[in-house]
Amino acid sequence: MNYTPFYQSHLASNGKIVDFGGWALPVNYGSQIKEHETVRQRAGMFDVSHMVITDVHGVDAKQFLRNLISNDVEKLEKFGIGKALYAALLNQEAGVIDDLIVYLMPFGYRIVSNAATESKDLSWIKQVAGNFKVELFARRDLAMLAVQGPEAIKRVSEAHPQVAEQLAALKPFMAVDNNNYFYARTGYTGEDGLEIMFPKEEANTLWLTLLDHGVEPCGLGARDTLRLEAGMNLYGHEMDESVTPASCGMDWVVDLNDESRDFIGKKAYQLIKKSPDYMVQVGLIMEGKGVLREGQIIKQNGVEVGVITSGTFSPSLKLSIAIAKVNQNINGNAEAVIRDKLEPVKIVKLPFVRNGKQVYTK
Amino acid sequence: MYTDDMKFVDTHEWIKTESDDVVAVGITHHAQELLGDLVYVELPAVGKVVDAGDTIGVVESVKAASDLYSPVSGEIVEINEEVVNDPTLANSDPHQAGWLFKLKLSKPEEIGKLLSADKYKALIG
Repeated sequence: MNYTPFYQSHLASNGKIVDFGGWALPVNYGSQIKEHETVRQRAGMFDVSHMVITDVHGVDAKQFLRNLISNDVEKLEKFGIGKALYAALLNQEAGVIDDLIVYLMPFGYRIVSNAATESKDLSWIKQVAGNFKVELFARRDLAMLAVQGPEAIKRVSEAHPQVAEQLAALKPFMAVDNNNYFYARTGYTGEDGLEIMFPKEEANTLWLTLLDHGVEPCGLGARDTLRLEAGMNLYGHEMDESVTPASCGMDWVVDLNDESRDFIGKKAYQLIKKSPDYMVQVGLIMEGKGVLREGQIIKQNGVEVGVITSGTFSPSLKLSIAIAKVNQNINGNAEAVIRDKLEPVKIVKLPFVRNGKQVYTK
Repeated sequence: MYTDDMKFVDTHEWIKTESDDVVAVGITHHAQELLGDLVYVELPAVGKVVDAGDTIGVVESVKAASDLYSPVSGEIVEINEEVVNDPTLANSDPHQAGWLFKLKLSKPEEIGKLLSADKYKALIG
């Protein structure tokens, strides 16, 4: 079992610890629904130290990343140091190996990627890196804490007044460094907030300081209901290596603007986009009782048209929502096969919630 | 928590005798802890005749849906509307206010075969 630098804090805050892909992490601290509401209304904090931070140094860092990932790090230059970019790591068949965020840094780039895909990502990245003059550094010396909610930045500023001015000026998808703390205005909840990367020895101190400033601990359960409401993908559910960006709502992170840029998976992706057969991502809502769940089949007029990739009960909307992969041109009313019964669902555009409010239309 | 006025089944429901032949049934604290926040509770209709072991409803949390069984045979005489409107009552007070349904026993001898509080505590460890 792996333990993050916040483990003692989780115990002290009464976290219900579970095995999350080999990491001891809290699924909740009492009620995942209350934690969800806290993030939508105030500020909650999530230990995300299991995630992987890789710093890329070296003269070929830019060319390396322009070849490695679907999105184009060239775009970061005009925004400057700290700018973030969401991208897919593709294999040669345009299958998604992982989704990740890349930050422009003074030394090169910082990549934040998933814990579950750590070893597979690393061997792939090392393999590609072999062709470039780059050095990769695994930053297991850092802990990572996500503080999310409409009051997140305010409360972090109160806890860390030394960086308050910089945080006030920080734009979305930008990061700032202050005294070895890296504050990125990014997140996985659909709310405003920060993801803070900092020396792991200070984890429990940061936790206590933020508790003192009214930030509440939130676990994996709330993290999942929040990201689903925000229409955000979870690797291993919306996508895996058998899924291309076209089928998991990630076309927008495949940047084909610079035709001279060759990146891994480019040819395969372009070929797939030319065919009408690939499946696409939609949202589903169910107004009746019950909870939509991953793996449930979606039918329309008796014909199977897709499958649910993630489902849950939405605490903000008080009904069940799901992300599904369906054939193209499937709209309107459909049915989910739930325990052998056909339950009516409506197909909607993602996301379900933005800034705490329902945004989808039926 | 698991008191001597309660009997149990290994499907994590409790049974309390209300009068001669009427019992109240709910899910145990252990069950609600495993399930997490409940979001829906589907209860049988009043008047329904059930046999011990029949699947008669569903308790659904964000995490999972769990079938509700009738631990004994009889007729459903009352269901808890409050828990239908607020399923989290079965989380916060599973053994009292979070009761699910009451039934009139058709085979009172079945009560004797249910688990005592001590046996249930041993079962859940």
